Amino acid sequence: MIVNPLSEGFSPEKEHRFNSLLKVNLIGFYTIIYKEIRRLLRIWVQTMVPPVITMTLYFVIFGSLIGQRIGQMEGVPYTTFIAPGLIMMSVITNSFGNVVSSFFSGKMQQHLEEMLISPLCFTTIVTGYVFGGVVRGLLVAVLVTGVAMFFTELRLEHPLVTISVVVLTAMVFSLAGLLNAIFAKNFDEISMIPTFVLAPLTYLGGVFFSLSLLSPMWQKVAMINPILYMVNAFRYGMLGSSDIPIGLAYTIILCALITFYAAALFLLRRGTGIRS
Amino acid sequence: MNALVIENLRKVYRNGVEALKGIDLTVKEGDFCALLGPNGAGKTTVIGILTSLVTKSAGRIRAFGYDLDREIEAVKACIGVVPQEVNLNMFEKNQNVLINQAGYYGVPRRVARVRAEKYLRALHLWDRRDDVTRNLSGGMKRRLMIARALVHEPKLLILDEPTAGVDIEIRRLMWNLLRKINAEGTTIILTTHYLEEAESLCRNIAIIDEGKIIENDLMVNVVRKLQREVFVLSLENTIDQAPALDGYKVRLRNNHEIEVEVEKGQGLNNVFRALSDQSLNVASMRTKTNRLEELFIRLVKSKSGGEST
Ligand SMILES: Nc1ncnc2c1ncn2[C@@H]1O[C@H](COP(=O)(O)OP(=O)(O)OP(=O)(O)O)[C@@H](O)[C@H]1O
Ligand SMILES: [Mg+2]
Repeated sequence: MIVNPLSEGFSPEKEHRFNSLLKVNLIGFYTIIYKEIRRLLRIWVQTMVPPVITMTLYFVIFGSLIGQRIGQMEGVPYTTFIAPGLIMMSVITNSFGNVVSSFFSGKMQQHLEEMLISPLCFTTIVTGYVFGGVVRGLLVAVLVTGVAMFFTELRLEHPLVTISVVVLTAMVFSLAGLLNAIFAKNFDEISMIPTFVLAPLTYLGGVFFSLSLLSPMWQKVAMINPILYMVNAFRYGMLGSSDIPIGLAYTIILCALITFYAAALFLLRRGTGIRS
Repeated sequence: MNALVIENLRKVYRNGVEALKGIDLTVKEGDFCALLGPNGAGKTTVIGILTSLVTKSAGRIRAFGYDLDREIEAVKACIGVVPQEVNLNMFEKNQNVLINQAGYYGVPRRVARVRAEKYLRALHLWDRRDDVTRNLSGGMKRRLMIARALVHEPKLLILDEPTAGVDIEIRRLMWNLLRKINAEGTTIILTTHYLEEAESLCRNIAIIDEGKIIENDLMVNVVRKLQREVFVLSLENTIDQAPALDGYKVRLRNNHEIEVEVEKGQGLNNVFRALSDQSLNVASMRTKTNRLEELFIRLVKSKSGGEST
């Protein structure tokens, strides 16, 4: 008997199944992002107001009060110098926070099961949550940029770099939030990462200072910090100056993105934190 | 076609508990099957494995011909489940719970809205559509979970104690709804601790105890296996001693009630005849325990009795 190699693995029935699976996942994806966006708008007092208040305080204290004493950094007023970093900081905390709290509360209240028992692929679920985190990150970015413009003049030297870096960073930290939520067994474990990892890395990530202020040894140490690359790439997009090569920044961001995405999918497929 | 074929299903939880010790169960399409068993028997574990919330340790599962290991999406698409524990999003509106759930199964929003209305009405929750789930009473939450399980119109509906804590009127409503859905072709698996509920609703029965199926047959066959029934007779007369009835064991309950044990095949005619011979009038009669309950207790007891020796 002759076997046609082309017919192997292909049949009208399989094609039909594939198409209906695609349809289910598209509608499912839309449902998840609709639900996630409605959630973050519903609790806007928790999601939108705090970053605005924090930013205003940062600008008042570091920008206007202390910044006047500092003068210029890398050729721009200190307030202008810290603005991109501060925007990035709120994007990071908010993308992370959105996914970690949404996914984790779903796990705790068990309504995540609604999704887990459905025929949705984990790719769809992960992408849906990440999308929600990115939307919150970007909304906050817009608000915080508005606040920044009230205190200082901002430029947009490389719009494409600015936008791509902020979107990619929001994706990376949404995934990080998801990973945190997957592993977390109680509420302590979801506040630990922001306090012990995210905050130190952000503060040491060149938000408030230029790398050139550090001694050569500490410069090397600071270069291990991935947030440094994001902040600098974003600052490059806005102000045109950066401590690090932009290509390297993109490479690092993309590597983090792919690693986190693969890790989240792997863990969920294996059932970590969601199956007994 | 079989709606569900479970072969040699085993589960050992991470804490070492062996919840399922090799279960075989077949449910035909269109069946209404009761899955009964004492607390901790493994019912929820079986359901958890079917819905992929619990990983199996061994065994094979097929639903409507799809293999759980190879075509999990297809299996999941066929199943709707009402879990034992409430797992609703506290802050979500009741209506949105259904619309979202439908969305996860690929039902477009426009269609999902219509379906949400249909099932909220069917479970008498339409008035509360804009309320958040947190504000529902316990029984209402159960109803909402039933509506949620139906909204993608599954071929196999699994209910894990859906009537726990539900009032009588609503329980009747649920029963009628389940009968109707089953008559329309949906296969149903139901776990419950109310055995009269299982007896009145289900065509088939599987009893699971300590991770093993100890009985699996048509309900009528199972109930027929019962060797002995106890009836409670209320008498119009006042008596202070149990009347003697030839061939029956009789016990006095109080001045107006007696208990009569009737062996299989003995019938009741002789009881009534003997009573009227003694000028005792029967006002009413009921079984002491539900027939299925009687059988259930005997099956489960005999097993644990055997274990202790
Ligand atoms: N997540 C879990 N981790 C460890 N052991 C578990 C877990 N879930 C259930 N078990 C154990 O598995 C056994 C079967 O439990 P299961 O919930 O399946 O029983 P059940 O028949 O549904 O009981 P009930 O009528 O009380 O709902 C029990 O001994 C239980 O303690
Ligand atoms: Mg149970």
